[in-house]
Amino acid sequence: MVRSPLAVLVIDENRIRASIIEAGLREAGHERVTIIHDVIGIARRIAEIEPDVIVIDLENPNRDMLESMFQLSRAVRRPIAMFVDRSDKASIEAAVDAGVSAYVVDGLRQERVKPILDMAVSRFNAFSRMARELEEVRGELENRKVIDRAKGILMKSRGLSEEAAYTLLRKTAMNQNRKISDIAQSLVTAAGLLGPMGDE
Amino acid sequence: MSMTAVHQITAGFMPLFDSAVLVAARELGFAAREGVELKLQRETSWANIRDRIAIGHFDVAHMLGPMPLACSLGLTPLASDTVVPFSLGLGGNCVTVSNAVWGGMAAHGAEADLDPARAGAALGAFIRDRAATGRELLRFAVVHPHSGHNYELRYWLAACGIDPEREIEIVIVPPPFMADALAAGRIDGYCVGEPWNSAAVAAGTGHIVTVKPLLWKNSPEKVIGARKAWAEENPQALAALLRALHHSARWCQDAGNRSDLAALMAEPRFLGQPPAIQMPVLTGHLHLGGGAERTVEDFFVPFDKAANFPWKSHALWFYTQMVRWGDIAHTPRNLAIARDCYRPDLYRAALKPLGVALPGANAKVEGALKAATPVGSAGASLVLGPDGFFDGQIFDPDKIDAYIASQKSGLLRT
Repeated sequence: MVRSPLAVLVIDENRIRASIIEAGLREAGHERVTIIHDVIGIARRIAEIEPDVIVIDLENPNRDMLESMFQLSRAVRRPIAMFVDRSDKASIEAAVDAGVSAYVVDGLRQERVKPILDMAVSRFNAFSRMARELEEVRGELENRKVIDRAKGILMKSRGLSEEAAYTLLRKTAMNQNRKISDIAQSLVTAAGLLGPMGDE
Repeated sequence: MSMTAVHQITAGFMPLFDSAVLVAARELGFAAREGVELKLQRETSWANIRDRIAIGHFDVAHMLGPMPLACSLGLTPLASDTVVPFSLGLGGNCVTVSNAVWGGMAAHGAEADLDPARAGAALGAFIRDRAATGRELLRFAVVHPHSGHNYELRYWLAACGIDPEREIEIVIVPPPFMADALAAGRIDGYCVGEPWNSAAVAAGTGHIVTVKPLLWKNSPEKVIGARKAWAEENPQALAALLRALHHSARWCQDAGNRSDLAALMAEPRFLGQPPAIQMPVLTGHLHLGGGAERTVEDFFVPFDKAANFPWKSHALWFYTQMVRWGDIAHTPRNLAIARDCYRPDLYRAALKPLGVALPGANAKVEGALKAATPVGSAGASLVLGPDGFFDGQIFDPDKIDAYIASQKSGLLRT
């Protein structure tokens, strides 16, 4: 018996993450993948797609609405359960930790669905790592900007060279056991309060 | 004076005003004074709360009153046995409709007085008018299938002769999106907690037609749900938390603390809504739309009237409504699960050392108290509020079969 390919629906307001998951599923040979970003009018879309597996990010505030739709309406042909096997606690925990929830129509065998869920979980984790790294880089850039402004204030008000201004910031930070960026931020804030020096 | 924390407890909550008792327990130091290091984690859906409590991310959580029943009865995709040792307050919801629906109701005799019977009769007449001209069903939203909102909206409609299964469509919309969905015409009305009713009135896109405390006086809303296994393994931590919540609830009830509480809940990490919009829930003074105003007595009760006592009759009423609307079959096994879900014994055990007045019974006949009534054991005074339903019906938890049977026969009009 030829098994028909599974229809997978990914509901995610985050377009980048959704496309990362979609790419992963396609690489794994799943051709029937649909992505939905906006839940308005979703009941009709689901009726058209007739998904076997639905993947939703846990941040989605519409989860309650979607879940009740899966359970109560006729938009989905067969009743839907979260994950395939409730007793597979490790998989469920891995998914919730990663920020994914998944719903599977009744009667699908675990070995057909597990690879899809594993894929979604690993791609979610990869995306979170990426987002975290991006956040760190952003923070780093912000810190550098504040330090530059603090150096500028010291150079202007105390006639220091750039290097001397930086050394002063670093020494102060060390003496107070604080980060250079924190010292720089305090200086920028204080200069702003004190008037014309901090006129930006 | 504060103890070092001996109990670490993680609690999930949704950004709704009735999480206030939990939030204040941490922020005002009531938890710390009981030796509890209370970690609060905000969530985006009730489904997340349910999942995280099931897999152990949370020990306890702010929950819709019927939700622990749904979890324990296995009605949800990821279920776990959940007990209710504490109620987070009574009342707090409204039914709001669009301006168009209000116009239709007013043409059939509705007045801006929040009277549930009058408003329901007018809505029914308007619905049949629409049906006669072949117009599509009105669509009302609630926050969750297993919510007080869903069951009280259905109770109101059915008691007013409107069949919630056939004469109206009921959908799920997250609370913060209600007012927008109403304004955009995606829904025609909704039942939700504050501030999401006042938000539609303020925007000029909705009218409040009735309120929970008029549908069922001093009726249950949110609760603390605890994972049963955690509660059994950590009785001292749970008791310490309940004492902290008790002190917090008393602080929240005090009218002198209203502006402080509104300011606290307004913070971005909690509701992120301006303090002014938190005031109607605290004062009961509501703008209904079109310039009308009303002050509702006991609109939201976080502490008084034994508001924190987890009455088994509240859980059992929710259970009868789950049966009524087809969520679950009425069997001895299901009834036993529902009966064991709310745990006044845990509440009593925790509060006994405080010497405060506690109800002597675990359940009461809902609808029997017509006026505030002093009760209680242990010498101290305790006053229960009136608990009547607007249609005069009585729910006696000892006659549950008859209650369920009477509602079944009254559901479908022919």
